[in-house]
Amino acid sequence: MPPRAVVVVRLLPDSRYFELFGLTPALNLDLKDLEQRYFRLSRQWHPDLFVRKSAAEQQTALDQTALLNDAYRTLRNPVRRAEYFVGPDEKQSAPPPELLEEVFELNMAIEEGERSELEVYSKRFSDMLAAADAELAAASHPDGIRSILNRRKYIHNLVRDVQKALHA
Amino acid sequence: MLEIDFGQSDPVVGIDLGTTNSLIAIMDNGAPRIIGDMLPSVVTLMPDGSLTVGDRALLIEHPERSVYSAKRLMGKGAADLADELKLFPFHIAAGSESVLRIALGDRTFTPPEIGAAILRTLKERAEIDLGAEVTKAVITVPAYFNDAQRQATKDAGRIAGLEVLRLVNEPTAAALAYGLDKRKEGTVAVYDMGGGTFDISILRLHDGIFEVLATNGDTHLGGDDIDNLLLQIALEDIASELGVTLSSRGSEVQTLRQEVIRAKEALSFAPSVTLHYKSYSREITRDLFERLITPIVDRTLAPCRACLHDANLTPEQIDEVVLVGGSTRIPLVRSAVEVLFRSKAHTDLNPDEVVALGAAVQAGILSGTVENQLLLDVTPLSLGLETMGGVVSKLITRNSTIPASATESFTTSVDGQTNVLIHVLQGERELVKDCRALARFELKGIDPVPAGMARIEVRFLIDANGILNVTARDARTGKETSVEVKPTYGLTDDEVESMIQASFDNAQADLDARQVAEARVDADTILAAIDKAKRSDAYTDLPDAERAQISTALNQLLLVYHSDDHRMIRTKIDELNAVTMTLAENMMNTAVRGALKGTRI
Repeated sequence: MPPRAVVVVRLLPDSRYFELFGLTPALNLDLKDLEQRYFRLSRQWHPDLFVRKSAAEQQTALDQTALLNDAYRTLRNPVRRAEYFVGPDEKQSAPPPELLEEVFELNMAIEEGERSELEVYSKRFSDMLAAADAELAAASHPDGIRSILNRRKYIHNLVRDVQKALHA
Repeated sequence: MLEIDFGQSDPVVGIDLGTTNSLIAIMDNGAPRIIGDMLPSVVTLMPDGSLTVGDRALLIEHPERSVYSAKRLMGKGAADLADELKLFPFHIAAGSESVLRIALGDRTFTPPEIGAAILRTLKERAEIDLGAEVTKAVITVPAYFNDAQRQATKDAGRIAGLEVLRLVNEPTAAALAYGLDKRKEGTVAVYDMGGGTFDISILRLHDGIFEVLATNGDTHLGGDDIDNLLLQIALEDIASELGVTLSSRGSEVQTLRQEVIRAKEALSFAPSVTLHYKSYSREITRDLFERLITPIVDRTLAPCRACLHDANLTPEQIDEVVLVGGSTRIPLVRSAVEVLFRSKAHTDLNPDEVVALGAAVQAGILSGTVENQLLLDVTPLSLGLETMGGVVSKLITRNSTIPASATESFTTSVDGQTNVLIHVLQGERELVKDCRALARFELKGIDPVPAGMARIEVRFLIDANGILNVTARDARTGKETSVEVKPTYGLTDDEVESMIQASFDNAQADLDARQVAEARVDADTILAAIDKAKRSDAYTDLPDAERAQISTALNQLLLVYHSDDHRMIRTKIDELNAVTMTLAENMMNTAVRGALKGTRI
């Protein structure tokens, strides 16, 4: 048996996502317009329309549609779109200090297992997540976006953990 | 460019390969049409060596030679079987670790070969109907089928001599038939509870595009579970009341099973039915039936809620609910669905036929006869890689529109290493042990460089059938790296090839066996006739020479009677026929004279 592989870096996603849709890179997109473009391109490239064509054309249709779907999945979601827009973060960002406090308190609450208290946390974190999303929608500077994304990631984990505790 | 011509002579059929029943359909003047009746998904190896498909009575007559619900075993390994074997009389042969083998009589069959037998019967049926050879098909699969189960279904098609142009998810196919029929727009939930599997899919229909938003399900939940529940109760009753323990495999259990299915089906229309088996009888009211099956119906609700969640919708946002599969005829199932989605369920298309009809529509889309309709389906399960510490790193998340892809870069961990092994899993859990192993891919021929220096880019692509394809490239040299696939469960390409060959050979053997059996039946007829004739005056009146001729021909037929050469048997029957012409004529005359005289010969 060959030694097990180690996953190294996740590769940069294809840089052509916006270009594919005929759009200039932007943080805010008209989702209705994006959807229309997606459907139009799907009708052009989907493998279903190439079944009667040569193997090479079928392969191209498959590759193009996979790329189109990957791009649409990324661009239609505001968080994924923002991550894609600013590109990968070179340095590993630390969690914001005010969130460390929250993590600590939540862990205490989870240990105590008081349901009503967990529900209060659940509400608070969901609100924080919504606030981060609103902030993201209003942001424009790449550094600002990165810091919101970083904070949002930790809030997201808090939401996940409290949900897990509530449904345990 | 090469353009394959799909004229009238090259039809593409749509096939619903179901757990309990299978159906074939075709597009006919712009509308899908079912060819023939439902074919029970039952395969029997007859004592004469031929395969008979679709005869439920044979489950009782030859329980050890028959298999039903074999779809439950598609793409499964021995480790998955414990639960199935408790309730299903599958006879698993030895050597079934990675690919199961089902014993029927003295032969063994893999689940794809059983599926192929069913597909072949449907294919022949369509060929007779269309008057043309059928070689291309769209086959439906449960939306929640994983990669191995999909691959096994595709293998079944290949073994049956069909090029599988597309695997389509059953609920999506139903939506296609429904949407084409109604020209609807809006958000539709398709609740599909068949014999062995349960699927829920939520789609958006707009302007000819059928966009699946999310899908969920359970590939081990269906009408079979209800049958088994009732069967268990009846078996326990019989054991305590009659003191008889029925073996799990015999004809008795199959007889009883068909009786509980009759009762179950009747309960969809009657308030109460009585189960009968020999001296045992028991009344089952719908109320009792509903209490019994509530846990099974409830098991469908969690996937429905998860599906709504993934589609980011509330129940109120669902415009229509479409019911698919025989189990949705059960009133309790209908009311549970209506309560959950807060809307009336649609049943205007026959729930047994709608999947096959949709498969035919998709076949029409692929062959170009149905225009402007496009299906955008999703992958039901997340795809991940094993990383350090047995943790799964997600590559493609569930409900991603397919085709979907992800590229990942790998390196080596030892100096000079030339191979890298990648373990791919399917499932939603975070640890490897909780996900389903899909395959191991071995990347070979990597340039020997110091540890960590190699860069191999691996592209994982889920195609429009929901099946994973893996390609790799050495990023430093730019050259394609060969990828060897080791499926955890399933057949290798070579195995499929040899099964295709074997199926041709067996088809010939099956045909031969049938022809021999038929020739012997004809021989029996003429031998019996001559036996009777020998006692008549017409025979005694024959010249000695002619009687000697008959005697010789008769002996020759008896000599070849037990051979496997049907042509020889036929030749000897013809010879015997020829030498008994005069005898037959004389007997006719005697019979006429006898009739005129009012006396019997």
